Amino acid sequence: MRKYISMLMLASVCAALAMGAVRAADTAPPALQVKIFNYKFDPETVTVAPGTTVTWTNKDEIPHTLASTDKSFQGSGGLDTGDSYSYTFTKPGTYSYYCTLHPFMKGQVVVTEE
Amino acid sequence: MKQQEHPQDEDRRKLLKCMAWAGGGVLWAMKGGVLSAQTLDAATAAGNADFSFVQISDSHIGFHQDANPNVLGTLQQAIGDVNGLSVAPSFVIHTGDVSHLSKPEQFDMAQQAFKGIKTDQMFFTPGEHDTIGDSGAEFFKHFGSGSSGKGWYSFDYRGLHCVGLVNVLDFKPGGLVTLGDEQLEWVEKDLKHLSSSTPILVFAHIPLWTVYEPWGWGTADAPRLYSYLKRFGSVTVLNGHIHQIQQKVEGNMTFYTARGTAYPQPQPGAAPNPGPLTVPAGQLASYLGIRQVKHVSVKGPLAVTDTSLALG
Repeated sequence: MRKYISMLMLASVCAALAMGAVRAADTAPPALQVKIFNYKFDPETVTVAPGTTVTWTNKDEIPHTLASTDKSFQGSGGLDTGDSYSYTFTKPGTYSYYCTLHPFMKGQVVVTEE
Repeated sequence: MKQQEHPQDEDRRKLLKCMAWAGGGVLWAMKGGVLSAQTLDAATAAGNADFSFVQISDSHIGFHQDANPNVLGTLQQAIGDVNGLSVAPSFVIHTGDVSHLSKPEQFDMAQQAFKGIKTDQMFFTPGEHDTIGDSGAEFFKHFGSGSSGKGWYSFDYRGLHCVGLVNVLDFKPGGLVTLGDEQLEWVEKDLKHLSSSTPILVFAHIPLWTVYEPWGWGTADAPRLYSYLKRFGSVTVLNGHIHQIQQKVEGNMTFYTARGTAYPQPQPGAAPNPGPLTVPAGQLASYLGIRQVKHVSVKGPLAVTDTSLALG
């Protein structure tokens, strides 16, 4: 808990310091990258604000896919080596997904409340 | 055409010597710690076999990484080996992953190559790389003739009952793939009318026994399939998917996985994850290959011979 609080504090300090940069980026929608490498989604869990576009890029020599476990968001087709897939998450919730070619590969996107 | 040599296989060497002394020869040798052999002057000799067929697998047309920059070339080499067999195969079975990404042009390219195989007919079952995004629609458009329903089918060839199954359409997150109730009910019906002395061949892409669960190398509801197969005297199960030879015997059922024609994969658990294995230059062909299966009019399993492209 203490660690969490100090991380929050650190985040606020960073935010204050970066205020100018944040203002400049106000118009750019939030975005986040997830790497697919060594048969893993990396990071496996990401937490994002509503409206964030998550982009997955396949760095493996083999194709992968992204499929929503409960079909709550549109999954990708086959992603060959170097291919990317993006999805913008607008509603809060937990979105679990897996690779249909290698179902042991799992990940989730947690979209926070506004 | 030579058989694959396994230098570590002392037993086989001894047996070969013994057979030479007895005036015979050895027809098949198998990797994975299990050795089976039959004398050439037995009914299994090529000339006496009722017929033979060939299994090829995992061609991954469209793959273009370091592990094999020329998968079409190695497929063509495999086809050359098939055409070089002393007895032309009555049919050829491809056990899936014809393509790498289910793209029409990849299926077209493979189809062109298959036209060069000297055999009467080919049978296919899809791999998970053949069904990306469309549940296999494009695959079945190219290779689905003869199948009904969702891709599974059976046929009889001179006394051998062959069953082609599909186990790449029902993946569940975190678990093993399934054949599914509908397909299993169909199998039960399909086998019901057959006498227990009918030799049975079953083929599907993903192994129909659990080779290595953490990598998804197995089929969750395969035990229900076994319950329909166990009354038969001779059941041979052929799979692909893992790009290497593994064998298992359970009662009257013998399970084999085949090499691919594209690239090798690590042995189960020998790497942090499965995937294309890049081997030293010049060694790739010894990891790829074809499989010849001979059927004879005697009780007992089909005779299986695996040949690597390096020795073909």
